Amino acid sequence: MTLNVNRRSLLTAGAAAMVAPGIWTTPLPAAAQSGGQPTIVDITRARTEPIPIAIPDMAGSPLGAQISRVITNNLRNSGLFRPVDRQAFIQTTESAAATPRFQDWRVIGAVALVTGRVDGTGDRLRVEFRLWDILPEQQALGTAYNATGSNWRQIAHIISDDIYKRMLGETGYFNTRIAYIAETGPRDRRVRRLAIMDQDGENNRFLTDGQFQALTPRFHPDATRIAFMSYQRNEPRVYLFNLESGRQEVLGNFGGMTLSPRFSPDGRSVVLSAVRGGDANIFVVDMASRRERQLTSGGGLDVSPCFSPDGTQIVFNSDRGGDQQIYVMDAGGGGARRISFGNGRYATPVWSPRGDLIAFTRIARGQFAIGVMRPDGSGERILSEGWGMEGPTFAPNGRVLMFYRESASRDNRGSGYSARLSSIDIAGFNERQIVTPTDASDPSWSPLIS
Amino acid sequence: MAATKTFLAAVAAAGLLVACSSDPDTSASTAGAGAGSGSGSVRPGSQEDLVANVGDRVFFDTALNGVRPDQRPVLQRQAAWLAQYPQNQVTVEGHADERGTREYNLALGQRRANSARDVLVASGVAGSRIQTISYGKDRPDALGSNEDAWARNRRAVTVVR
Repeated sequence: MTLNVNRRSLLTAGAAAMVAPGIWTTPLPAAAQSGGQPTIVDITRARTEPIPIAIPDMAGSPLGAQISRVITNNLRNSGLFRPVDRQAFIQTTESAAATPRFQDWRVIGAVALVTGRVDGTGDRLRVEFRLWDILPEQQALGTAYNATGSNWRQIAHIISDDIYKRMLGETGYFNTRIAYIAETGPRDRRVRRLAIMDQDGENNRFLTDGQFQALTPRFHPDATRIAFMSYQRNEPRVYLFNLESGRQEVLGNFGGMTLSPRFSPDGRSVVLSAVRGGDANIFVVDMASRRERQLTSGGGLDVSPCFSPDGTQIVFNSDRGGDQQIYVMDAGGGGARRISFGNGRYATPVWSPRGDLIAFTRIARGQFAIGVMRPDGSGERILSEGWGMEGPTFAPNGRVLMFYRESASRDNRGSGYSARLSSIDIAGFNERQIVTPTDASDPSWSPLIS
Repeated sequence: MAATKTFLAAVAAAGLLVACSSDPDTSASTAGAGAGSGSGSVRPGSQEDLVANVGDRVFFDTALNGVRPDQRPVLQRQAAWLAQYPQNQVTVEGHADERGTREYNLALGQRRANSARDVLVASGVAGSRIQTISYGKDRPDALGSNEDAWARNRRAVTVVR
């Protein structure tokens, strides 16, 4: 899905592997080994002390410093790493990139060190990266990346994911994007545009011009397409946006409003809600034939469907029992059972890519909250609570949620109202606001880009 | 229980406020303050006429979507007005307040628009003259974050196309 990629191999030798469009890797042999046990930190516990890691600027090209900053921000923002203060560094960048003096990094408290070297510019960029395990004094990872210069940010994200995986034993989420709705203008005449950015808020782009309201974008599992809702022709319908061509098309004309789309895990169908008469029901639409199949019928408003990652079940929101609650049914329809039984209304269920949790919005006692529960409804935990918040989306590794937070109007002119994106660890710590150029809502986290 | 009673009282009070604020001079849907205050400046059969002399909107209780008995007369007057101007086509726009989630409120607004349309049709308006659309919580009329604003925003508005 990356634009401006160069798919030519820029390698001249070595066992190369393409890790992303236009980015090729070769392993770097370990330079210094002295045995010992590698450090892998267990983060399955609710909360751990962040890992102290030293990330000096990469040597060589000035791009090296920028790559190191991106890696530093990614790891710090995860809440699971603590980049060591650069002022404390003893060994110089150039010298560490050649051969680290482990003692110099141990005394400043680092358990890991990231070094690298960047050569070339523009079309031919080579980034050598090494992760060092300070205590056993050994190289934990070593990779050379060859790519076009415009991909330097993506290389920094891929390196961040390499470090995350090596240190924590699970897949990262840094080489990903966020689709969201950019909001501008007064609250009663808001302009809502489809927008996309890297997960760290960089490379922001507006995908629609705001002439028609856009809402609720959701990524296709291959990350090249987005399903969303558009008010084109004053007929709110589910549309598809192709990120490679920039074109959009209506998913289909099924009569009446269609909303809350989500792709199936295999990408071959879209599950959505359609309002006809007094009810809203769940339908699944086959992407190839565009034929629809009705999954729920009668009795209230059924919205916000989302597949389980194995594709066998669908979680959705319904007021069939009197107020909004969360239900799970078989993917073919039928067998619906309520899973939310706490105090208040429950909405916007979304299944974790790991399959183990369902995130939701709860509205109770005038407060909104974001929480998680197991798919059988047990183990409910509230992660964040406030005046207004909704619409959680999981990072592809299931470890972080993003959602949007609204603040109340202070007066009858709407002063003080805002909508902003936040992320939080599913253990309920490290909530951070995501910087966006405008107000923002309805985030959708892409799969890992590869 | 006491809390529920207080809340209902607040909603009732909000309803009264709404009744006052649907005066054309303060209605947000009136184009230009002071335009059409019942004087001869209003073109018969126009949106301004509907707002000033009939009432362009009905209000709903929290989370309930049926047209309230006290709001039916507004729709019946709209039906009579539409019979007077048979060339007029209308869109009924359904809305919800901000105390709900976006997707559910889109469906809720659509259901409110549909129930207002059903009353118009039952009052003699041809269904082919009426379109419906929902904006959920995304096009508030009142911009405050309080009970009065929420009561004003739970609405279905009839707009001449």
